[in-house]
Parts: sequence; C-alpha cells; structure tokens
Amino acid sequence: MTVTEDRAATGAPEKEVGKPRRRKEDARLITGRTLWTDNLVLPGLLHMSVVRSPVAHARITGIDVSAAQQAPGVLAVLTGRDLADEQGSLPCAWPVTPDMVNPGAPAVAVDQVNHVGEAVAVVVARSRAAAADALELVDVDYEPLPPVLDMEAALAEGADLVHPGTASNRSYHWVFDGGEAGTAADTEQAFADAEVVVSRRFVQQRLIPAFMEPRSVVVQPQGDNYTVWSATQVPHILRLMLSMVTGIPEHKVKVIAPDVGGGFGGKLQVTPEEVLTLLAARRVGRPVKWTETRSESLMSAHHGRDQIQYIDIAADREGNVKGLRCRILADMGAYLRLITPGVPVLGAFMFIGIYKFPAYRFECDGVFTTKTPTDAYRGAGRPEATFAIERIMDELAVELGMDPLEVRRKNWIRAEEFPFTTAAGLEYDSGDYEAATQKALELIGYDELRAEQRRRRESGDPVQLGIGFSTFTEMCGIAPSRVLGSLSYGAGGWEQASIRMLPTGKVEVVTGTSPHGQGHETAWSQIVADQLGVPFEDVEVLHGDTAVSARGLDTYGSRSLVVGGVAVVKAAEKVVAKARRVAAHLLEASEDDLDFAGGSFSVRGTPGTSVSIQEVSLACFTSHNFPEGMEPSIDAEATFDPENFSFPHGTHICAAEVDTETGRVTIRKYACVDDIGEIVNPLIVEGQVHGGLAQGIAQALYEEAVYDADGNLTTGTFVDYLVPSAADLPHFDTGNTVSPALANPLGAKGVGEAGTIASTPAVVNAALDAVRHLGVTDIRMPLTPERVWRALQGGGDGGDRATAGTTAYGGAQTETTAGVSTPQSSLGGDR
Amino acid sequence: MTQISVRVDGVTYADDVEPRTLLVNYLREQVGKVGTVVGCDTSNCGACTVLLDGVAVKSCTVLAVQADEAEVTTIEGVAAPDGTLHPLQRAFHELHGLQCGFCTPGMIMASIDLLRDHPDPSETEIREGIEGNLCRCTGYQNIVRAVQHAAGEMSGRARSDGPASDRSASPADVDTAAAPHAVVRA
Repeated sequence: MTVTEDRAATGAPEKEVGKPRRRKEDARLITGRTLWTDNLVLPGLLHMSVVRSPVAHARITGIDVSAAQQAPGVLAVLTGRDLADEQGSLPCAWPVTPDMVNPGAPAVAVDQVNHVGEAVAVVVARSRAAAADALELVDVDYEPLPPVLDMEAALAEGADLVHPGTASNRSYHWVFDGGEAGTAADTEQAFADAEVVVSRRFVQQRLIPAFMEPRSVVVQPQGDNYTVWSATQVPHILRLMLSMVTGIPEHKVKVIAPDVGGGFGGKLQVTPEEVLTLLAARRVGRPVKWTETRSESLMSAHHGRDQIQYIDIAADREGNVKGLRCRILADMGAYLRLITPGVPVLGAFMFIGIYKFPAYRFECDGVFTTKTPTDAYRGAGRPEATFAIERIMDELAVELGMDPLEVRRKNWIRAEEFPFTTAAGLEYDSGDYEAATQKALELIGYDELRAEQRRRRESGDPVQLGIGFSTFTEMCGIAPSRVLGSLSYGAGGWEQASIRMLPTGKVEVVTGTSPHGQGHETAWSQIVADQLGVPFEDVEVLHGDTAVSARGLDTYGSRSLVVGGVAVVKAAEKVVAKARRVAAHLLEASEDDLDFAGGSFSVRGTPGTSVSIQEVSLACFTSHNFPEGMEPSIDAEATFDPENFSFPHGTHICAAEVDTETGRVTIRKYACVDDIGEIVNPLIVEGQVHGGLAQGIAQALYEEAVYDADGNLTTGTFVDYLVPSAADLPHFDTGNTVSPALANPLGAKGVGEAGTIASTPAVVNAALDAVRHLGVTDIRMPLTPERVWRALQGGGDGGDRATAGTTAYGGAQTETTAGVSTPQSSLGGDR
Repeated sequence: MTQISVRVDGVTYADDVEPRTLLVNYLREQVGKVGTVVGCDTSNCGACTVLLDGVAVKSCTVLAVQADEAEVTTIEGVAAPDGTLHPLQRAFHELHGLQCGFCTPGMIMASIDLLRDHPDPSETEIREGIEGNLCRCTGYQNIVRAVQHAAGEMSGRARSDGPASDRSASPADVDTAAAPHAVVRA
C-alpha cells in the first residue's frame, strides 16, 4: 500500500456544492442516444392498443371482438370481462378519512364506463399499426347514463350518481379546524368578532400535466418473473402496487424507469395501462409494449387541480388578519387514483400562507364526476392554496383601500419569529419574507412600473398596466413518515441511498429517487464529491431500476434533494466512518488522531502521512491488510426520514399589460426571488424555477381542460390544450435569498414546485390590478382574451369557456362549442 | 409496399414501406433512429423535427414515401464524424437548455433551421422561430440563450460588448449577477 503525501499537501479541493456544474445527463440527451421506454425493442415484442370509451357515462351491454380477433397480426383481444378476475383494483394509497368512499377502479371497465377515454378492451398484435387497425374492429354497445359534470350539482340532493351503489357523489368530507386541533383560536368566533369579512369564490380550472414524453410501458415475462419498463416517476411504488394489484409476488416483479421525459406529477401514478400491459404479457407469454398517443394521454392520463374554493377572510380595519375559513370542492373525476383524495389535503395546511392568522378552518369535499380522474400535478394542493390566499389578500387590500403589499407585510411572519408554528400546526423552519420582497422589488423596478401605471391610468391608455404580488411559502420535501401516517397516507416518506466504493477509487451512488429531467446524476455527484473528497467525474449515480436501487420512494413533492440527497450525505458519512477505521490501521494511528479532508486521512500533527479514500477502497478490495474484526468493505447505505417538512418561500412580482380593447393579457416583466435554502447547483435551480414559472403562468393565462355538456373532453389535442410556446412566455428575472433549512444537514429546501406554486396568483393579481379601476373584480382562469374582454364589457368573471355544447363521439362541432378557444383566440396570435 | 431510397445521417437505406408510414415511424422503427421522438399526433409539439434536404420538417407530417431520394438529417447526424458536437448541442448543454431532454432533438433541429435563415436572431426572432416546438420543462429561457450563444459561435463573431456578452455567460452567472445570492441568515 502506497501512502501518498501530495493530496493532503495540496489542500482541500474547491467545494462542488454551489457550483453551476453542467449536467452529466445531457451527453445522451443532446445526441439522441437516449433510452426512452418506447425506444426499447425486445425479441418477439408485441404491441398493445387500448379501446377507449367515447362516452362519459354508460353501461356496457355488449362487446363484439370477433372481427378484431380475425384481423391480421392480432394475437389477443381482451375485454374487461376477460380480465375481471385478475385485474384487481387500481390502488388509492391515501384514504384521507376512515369513511372515504372508494368504489374501486378497474384497469379496464367491466360493466360500466365512467369517463371518456376509460379503457374498455385491449388488442395485442404483431405491430403497432396492426394493433391500432384492430381497435376499429372492436364493437362496443353502450347504454348511456347521464353524465355528472358539475361538482355543485353532483352534491345536490337527488343528483345522478357516478357509481351505482354509492349514497352520493361525495367521496369524503375532510376537515381541519385549528380551534379543535388546538393550533388556533375558534374560527366562528373570530368571524363573529371581525370588523371586516371578505368572501370570494375562486375556480381552479382543470389542468393536464402534459409531460412531453407520452407514457409507455414494456413488460417482458420470463418464466414467472416480469420485468416492467415504464415512463414513470415512481418505479418503486409501481413495483409494490403492481404486485398488490395483480397478486404477482413482489420479488417476481422488477420495474425499470429508464430515461423518462418529464412527469410533473403526471407520472406519479399506477396507471390502468401499466396493469393491462402486464396482464397482456402474462396472457400471451411474450413481451408487450404500449405507447400512448398524445390524444390518448390528454384524455386518459390523470388531470390536475379542478377545485371550487369558497374563501372567507376576517380582519380588522387596520388590515390585521383575524381568521381564514376555506370550503373546498375538489373534483376527483371518476375514480380515486394513487393519491387523488390526498391532493387537496396536501394544500389544507398551506391556505394561511405566510401570515399569522389567529384562527383557521378548512373543509373539503372530494366529489366524483364522470371526468378523467385527477391526481398530482406540479405543486399538488399547494398551488390551489397559494392561489386562494394570495388572491384573497389582494381582495382584502382592495376592501380596506390599502396597498396589497402593505397588508401582506402587516401580517407575515417576521424573520426573527422563526421557527414559527402556524394556525395549521406546522412549524415553518426559516425564512425572511422582507428580504426576498425587497430584492424582488429591486429586480422588477417596482417604482418605475407604478409610475407608468399611473401615467397610463391618467391618460386613459387602452393598454393598462397592473402589478401583482405573490408572497408565498410551501411545504415541501414530502417526507416525514410519522406526519404522513397521521394524515392516513399509505406509505412512509423516507428515502434511501447507498454508496459503493470500487477498487479503482471510483464511486457508485445508488439513490431511491427517480429523476426524470431534474439532474440528480449531476447534483448527487456534487454532493458525494464534497463528502468523500473524490472528483465529480469519478461519481456515477444509479437510479430507477428496482433491482439496482432496491429501496426508495421515488421523485415527487420537491422531495428528492431534501430527503434523497440527504440520504446520500448520510451514506457518505458512514463510508467515511468505515474508511477512517481502515485508514487508522494502514497509518498505524488512532482513529481519533485522523483528520479527513480533501479525500485523504492524515495523522494530526504529523505532516506527510496520509492515505486517500481511494487507497482505502483498494485496500478493501484486496483485503490483505485490514483491521481485525472488521468486514472488508467500506460501502454503506442510509435511510433518511426527516423530522419536518421544509418551507421554501419567495416573492413573485408580475407586471402585466391588459389591452382593454382586445382583452389580451401580456406579461411585461416577471421577477421572483425564491428562498429555497442552500443551493447545490444554481444552474439546475434556475432551470427548475423557469420551468415552474412557465407552468404556473400557463394556468393563469392559457391552459384549461374543458368538457362539453356530454362529458367529452374538447381540449384533447395540443391544438386545443394550450401548452405555451416560447413566444407565449416572457423573460424571467430570478434571484435567491438563502435561509438554510433546519430539518436537514444540506440546509436545502426543495425547488421543483416553487415557481408553479407561486406564479399563478401573481399573474392574475397583476391583470386585475390593471383593470380594477374599470370595474372588474375577478376573471376566471385562464385569462383568455375572450374572458378578459367579457369581464371588461359586462362585469362578472368572464364566465365558462364554452361547456354548453357537445362534440359527442368525436364528431363535428356543434354551434354551441364554437366558443372553444383556439390557439389564435386565446393566445392572441403572434407576439 | 413501396420501395424508397433515403439517405439518413450519411447512410443510404433502401426499404419497403407501407404508403401510410410516416417518416418518423420509418426513422424510428425501420432505420433505428430512435433519437427522433414522437410527442404528439397533431404536429404541434415539434419533437420529431428533422432536416429533409436541409429544411426542418416535422417528420410526423411527412410520409416516408415523400422522403424517397431525399437526404434526412436527424439529431444523431448533426455532430461531426469524429464526435465533435454541433455548436447548438454544445450550447444547449452549456446554457442548461434542456431538462428531461425529450423535446431537445426537435428543438435543436428546428434551431439549426432557424439559424440558417437568421444567423443573428434577436430574442423575439428566436422565440417566434421555435414556437412550433413545445418544451414543458425549461420555460424556454435557457433554450433562447442557447440558440443565441450558438448563433454567435457559428458566425464566428466575438461578442464582447453590450448585451451580447450575455451570450457567452452561463445562465446561472447572468441571473445571479442581476440578483446576487445573499445569505440572509447563516
């Protein structure tokens, strides 16, 4: 064993954490050498296609598959009846109340369909084209049932029921009352005593995650083993759930998430098609692939948001808030998917935002409708909460004739008050709302914009300017297992990592997180490089294959860094502790006398004696000279379960122009300062903020999943569902303040959802600020030119986006759907 | 079946295709060019963009038979034979112009076409030039920067003054220069 001297002598290398490292992932992505699930070809591979319901609500009275079965290249046609005994029920892991109604969710409908796009049968054929062709030959008879589309009507006495055998369309009623919980004063009393009460009804429109890579699944049966490749965010959860749903023993199922093209919550799911591909592959005994079309994706992959929010705020005349009361209707869609009922609950604790409410009550009804199921979409519950509080704070300011920022400042938690326990019972770890706000005001050039706004008002400019704020916080790093347990969530929130030290000194890091665009391979390498003192390039991060990464809870809820990244730190600490013992043996010194810096152990006070961790690793491999009684390995694994969530915050300011003649809203400037704690990679952080902003702004201005009166999705392609292009979005000015998180040693808070959670109300507040003096008090999202124009002309909130008509069976549009927005009408054409 | 002869990324292929086969399916399933991906079925997303005789097309909107006797360049053929990346590939990497990477092949191919027509595009020209390509991850800002950066490199201009200096800086540097990171509380 060679003992080298140079490493210690040259001092510690520059810290990796904090550097804008270019991503390791990019090499394969920019050259097209990627393994998307759909790229996978296996010997004997067959293709599956799915027959989907063209009606929202109907009993299936007959299916004739004979013609399809005779079609060239078709190996099998399987209906719900064929698979009824083996498909189980798709899992819902979050029974939010003990009496929650879950009617069960078949992967393929057996007797009844409950939303357009629901699977009715599958075809397995030799080629993708043959499978698609045979779809047309499956003849299904439907006996129509009345669609159930409006949540408030669905809860009314005598309403048509989505699911036969249920007493109502209410799945659950969930309440958090701060007074009863002992975390706040009595809400009713607070409202009874209040000098001012402002009440509003806000609508969170239905959105579609619209990840760019369509979902795809390949299942390879080998004996009684099954390997499942899926474009999923959650390979570990998927493995467990596929086993529980189908009865195939867990150790016989392996799941691999290869390169995955975005998720945003939309791939946090156990999908009907994952189950169906597995069952089909088992039936035919050959590998089967299913890849969806975009139209299938928009219609049948889970949707997001869709809440009606009744918000009451109580305050005194000076603008001190006294209480908040929220009554929420949340559209579950037709079925409860993996965490469908829990999404509103994730938001329940965040409606009070950053403010010191003495009293708080939240109640929510989960409602069944005959629409595509909803579930997690970037932010999951917290954008809804943030929208409600940041909109109602503006409404309160208007009511009191105060500056919206002044009302916020009067009520927010001050920097010296952290850690702060809120009326919802959460302990916010750290933050400085004033500092972030000051920086954001500078960044956007606030005073100049206000001056311009005044000039335009005075001159009666047809293009008015408005400024909107969102001073937000979120709970993220979805983790603390005990907290999740107290909320009846079906799993824990820990995360695992292991580190393998290879004989050549290179390092393999296995993480239980499952990145799909976030850059974990890069960020985890930076963390490990610092922890072990090895070069960034010498670290390889492995993920997404349950046979490689045996334990993990995957990627969602801004949890990967603050839970999974910390698990990596903990594993590295164990590696160093083991290596220290070996190094002491090699250096013939006491462990207590060793310093570890820059990847080398050296004897304190004895210059020139050191051994690198790579040398220790080689010593483990040979095991020729090893401490007595120690197993010859310095590999380690760690599981981290934090004590608390982390609470990123930030101030987002939007300056928006509203053309009062056309109704078009244009974002003039957007600035935000986010405090996400310590930053591992500023490049990645900035990218996450940009992408988050795009999705939050898109909710405010562009996107909406619209159903017609018969329950048909009229926004079933990218022609109608307006994912914004580069021309539709502004330049973003972003910045950070840093208040380290207290619940983890990295001090990081999570950034994946911040931009989306914060930005939507900032944009709407800005647009309203531009036109309030013209009598407009609210405009429904998305703020299409049509809606804004209508609100300017006739008052009201701009109304629905054409849901009265029908495009039944995908046929021609009726005149009543002529109001459905087109890219031209709602994006306002070229910019 | 119809026989076609297509030169894809410098290699000539003679194949039988069904007349209805889309170019993108031909590239992916028969030629094995899976770097070109399918993101939608209405020609909105641009993920499948390739160059057909040097001009960007959405390969889901072209029949394979229309590419007979033509030259197709995909993302897999834009780097030099020795592996040296195209300036746009380098710029997307340097400026963090991608996250999940699914739109990236199409985005790069569309940008190659854009820079051929507009060697020194403004931010607005870039945003409008790539509006046929959807990205769900990046919010486009770093894509715009990457295209600007590559434009500078491809035209060999030294960009040392004015706002153009942004083009050689990393996005993190640019934005943190505008809003320096400040530790509020240690």
